[in-house]
Amino acid sequence: MDFDPVLLSRIQFAFTVTFHIIFPSFTIGLAAWIATLEGMWLWSKNERYHKLARFWTKIFAVSFGMGVVSGVVLSYQFGTNWSEYSRVVGNVVAPLIGYEVLTAFFLEATFLGIMLFGWNRVPPWLHFTASVLVALGTAMSAFWILSANSWMQYPVGYSMQNGVAVPEDWLEIIFSPTFPTRFAHMLTAAYITTAFVVLAAGARYWLQGRHIDHAETMIKMALGLLIVLVPLQMEFGDQSGMKVAEYQPTKVAAMEAHWDGNESPVPFVLFAWPNEETESNDFAITIPHVASMLITRTWDGKFPGLKDVPAEDRPPVAPVFFSFRIMVGLGLIMLATVVVGAVLWWRRRLFSTGLYLKTVSYMWPIGFLAIVAGWYTTEIGRQPWVVHGVLRTADAVSPVPGGSVATTLALFVIVYGIVFSFGIYYINRLLRRGPEPTGEGSSESSARRPISFAHDAGRDAIQPGE
Amino acid sequence: MEHYLPVIWGGLIGTAITLYVLLDGFDLGVGILFPFGKSEAERDHMMNSVAPFWDGNETWLILGGGGLWVAFPSAYAIIMPAMYIPVILMLLGLIFRGVAFEFRFVSKPHHRLWDFAFAAGSIVAAFCQGLVLGGVLSGIDVVDGKFAGGPFDFLSPFGIMCGFGMIVGYALLGSTWLMVRIEGGVADRARKWAFPALVLLLAFIVAVSIWTPLIHPHIADRWFSAPNIYVLWLVPVVTALVALFAMRKIDGHHPLSAFAASVALFLLCFLGLGISTFPYMVPPTLTVWDTAAVPASQLFTLFGVLVMLPIILLYTAFVYWTFRGKLQPGEGYH
Repeated sequence: MDFDPVLLSRIQFAFTVTFHIIFPSFTIGLAAWIATLEGMWLWSKNERYHKLARFWTKIFAVSFGMGVVSGVVLSYQFGTNWSEYSRVVGNVVAPLIGYEVLTAFFLEATFLGIMLFGWNRVPPWLHFTASVLVALGTAMSAFWILSANSWMQYPVGYSMQNGVAVPEDWLEIIFSPTFPTRFAHMLTAAYITTAFVVLAAGARYWLQGRHIDHAETMIKMALGLLIVLVPLQMEFGDQSGMKVAEYQPTKVAAMEAHWDGNESPVPFVLFAWPNEETESNDFAITIPHVASMLITRTWDGKFPGLKDVPAEDRPPVAPVFFSFRIMVGLGLIMLATVVVGAVLWWRRRLFSTGLYLKTVSYMWPIGFLAIVAGWYTTEIGRQPWVVHGVLRTADAVSPVPGGSVATTLALFVIVYGIVFSFGIYYINRLLRRGPEPTGEGSSESSARRPISFAHDAGRDAIQPGE
Repeated sequence: MEHYLPVIWGGLIGTAITLYVLLDGFDLGVGILFPFGKSEAERDHMMNSVAPFWDGNETWLILGGGGLWVAFPSAYAIIMPAMYIPVILMLLGLIFRGVAFEFRFVSKPHHRLWDFAFAAGSIVAAFCQGLVLGGVLSGIDVVDGKFAGGPFDFLSPFGIMCGFGMIVGYALLGSTWLMVRIEGGVADRARKWAFPALVLLLAFIVAVSIWTPLIHPHIADRWFSAPNIYVLWLVPVVTALVALFAMRKIDGHHPLSAFAASVALFLLCFLGLGISTFPYMVPPTLTVWDTAAVPASQLFTLFGVLVMLPIILLYTAFVYWTFRGKLQPGEGYH
C-alpha cells in the first residue's frame, strides 16, 4: 500500500491539534476562574470561594496534565513531520515559540506545583499569587501561539534569502496585521468555553439540589461573565473577519462559498453545497445583499471570489464553508442563551425557571465545538499554504516515508483514544462528586441541607451517581 | 561576536538538555523504579515525591528542542526526521506517564492501569532518549542539507546500549532522589536500588568510552592526541573518583551526597560527550556554524534567554525550596 506522507502528516497534525486545543482553551479560562475565586476568598473571607477554588483546582489539574502532554507532542511535530517548514521559516517562527517557552511554559508549569500541592506549604496570599501566575502563563502562551499563527496567515517583516525567511523587523512579525483581533477572539473564546462549563456544572447541582450555595455562585459568576463576553466576542469575531477579508480574501471567499468576484451585490449563502468541479454552489439558499453588507459594509459592494485565484491556490471550500457556519451558528445560540439568562436574572426568575437551567446544564460542550470549528475555518482556510504565499503545505513536509507516518498516526489515535477517554471520564466523575471534600458523607449532608429557596426541579432532575 | 553566537547557543542548548536530563531524570527514574515499590502506600509516596516538580522539569525538554529549532533550524530539520520513530515513541511514553500523575489518584481504587502507565511510560521515554542520543552520536546521513537516510537508521547496537544506559542512569538519579526526599522503608529500599544502578551506569560509561573512539577515528583523535591528552586524562580519572565517592555515600546513608555524586557523574558524561562532538551539531558533517540561524534570530532570542533564564532559575529554586524536607506519609496529592 502506498502512503502519502503529506496527507498523513496533515491528518496527524489535525488530529493531535484538535485534541490539544480543547485542553488549553479550557485551562486558560479555568486558571483565571480559580485565581478570581481565590482573590474573592482573600478579600471577603467567605469559605465558599475557597471551597470552589479547591474543587476546580482538581479539575484543572487533570485537564492541565492532558494539555501539557498533548502540547509537548505538537512542539516536536514541527520537526518530526514538517522539517522543511522548520527549516524554511525557522528563523522567524522558532523565536516566537522560544519566547513562549521562556515566558509562558516555565511560569505555568513551575507555579502549577505550588497551585496543586502548596495549599499547606505556603500562605494563602502566596498561593493566590501562584494561581495568578499560572493564569498569566496560560494567557501568554496563547499570545505567542497566536502571534506565530497570525504570521503564517499573513507573513510580514521578513525577506527571503537563499530560500529561507529571514527576519527584518521583530515588532512587525509579532504584531502582524491579523494578530490583535485573532488573539482577542481566541482568548475570549477560551474564557467563554470555561464559563459555559462552570455554568452547566452549577445548573446541574442546582437542579439536583446539591451544593446549593456553590451552585448559585457558579451560575451567577459564569452567567455574569458570559453576558459581558458573548456580545463582546461577536464584535471581536466581526473585527477578525474584516481583517481576514482585507488580508486573506481567498479565505473569506471560501468561508462564504463565494465563487464569482464580479458578482454584485453578493447574497449571503445560508446553506449550500459548494461544488469545486462546477465552481458554483449546489442547492443554495441565499439572502440578497447580506454578504455585501457583512464584508464590504455597503449595500452593493463586491469582494473577490474563489475564481479570482487559480484552482491550485484555493483552499478546500466545503470544510471551510461549513466549519465557519458551525462556529457562527454556535455563537448565535450562545448569544440567545445569555440574552434569555440576562432577562430571567433581571426579572429575578433565573433560579425559578427549571427549564432554563436544565437547558444550560447540557450546554457545556458548546464552547469547545465553536473553538474547534473556528480553528478549522482559519487553518483549512489558509491551505494550500502553510505560510501564506511563502511555503506550500505540500513542500513543508519531512523526508520521512509515508509508512512511518501511518504507523505513528495509528499509535496517536490509539493512545489519545485511551488517554483522553479516561481523562474526560475522570473529569466528569470529579464534577459529579462536586465541590465538597472527597469524603462521601460530607457531600450527602450538603444534599440534605435545608434549602432556602423552594424549587421542584431537584427531584426529577439527574440523580447523583448516575 | 557573530562568530561566537552559534557557540554560545550551542552551550545554552547543552545546558538546557543537561538540566532536562538531571531534573526530569530523577522523576523519570522514580517512574522506572515504580514497579519495585512494595506496597500501595509506598508507591503513593514515591509518586508524591516528584508530583509537584515533574511538569516544570519536563519544560526543559521543550526548551532543549525549541532552542535547537531557534538557534539551529537546519540541524533541527535534519535531526527530527532522522529520529522520527524514537522521538514520537518518547512523546507517547511521556503522555502516559504524565497523565498518570493525576489519573492514578483520581481513579483510585481502580488505578492499576495508571501504575503500569507511569512505569512503562517512564521506561519507554528514557530508552528512546538513549536511542536518540546514540543515533545522533553515530552520525546522520545528510545530502544537500537534508536528512537522506532511512527510518531505521537510528537503530544500532550502540543506540540500544545508550537506551539501556539512560534507563540505569535515570534509575540512579531516581533512587538517590528518593533517599533524599523520603524517610523509612522506601528510602532503605532506594538505597538498595541505587547500588546496581550505579554499577550498571559505570559499565555503560566504560563501554561508550571504548566504543565511540573505536568507531569514530576523529573522536579517538580528539581524546588521545597531544596536547589534548595532557588535560583530558583527568576526565576519566575524576569520573572514577566520583563513582567511588557515590558508592561510599550510598553505602554510608548520606543521601544528599549520594544524589550530588550521581548528578556529578551525569555532568562528567556530558563533558565527555561535549569534548567528543564539539563543534558538530549533526555529526559527522554539519557544525554549529553550518546549521546556525541568522544572527538576527539568534540575538533576538538570546536577549530573551538572558532576561528570562535567571528569573526561571530563581522561581524554580523557590518552588523546590517550598517543598523541601522529608515528605510525610499521606502528604502530596492535593
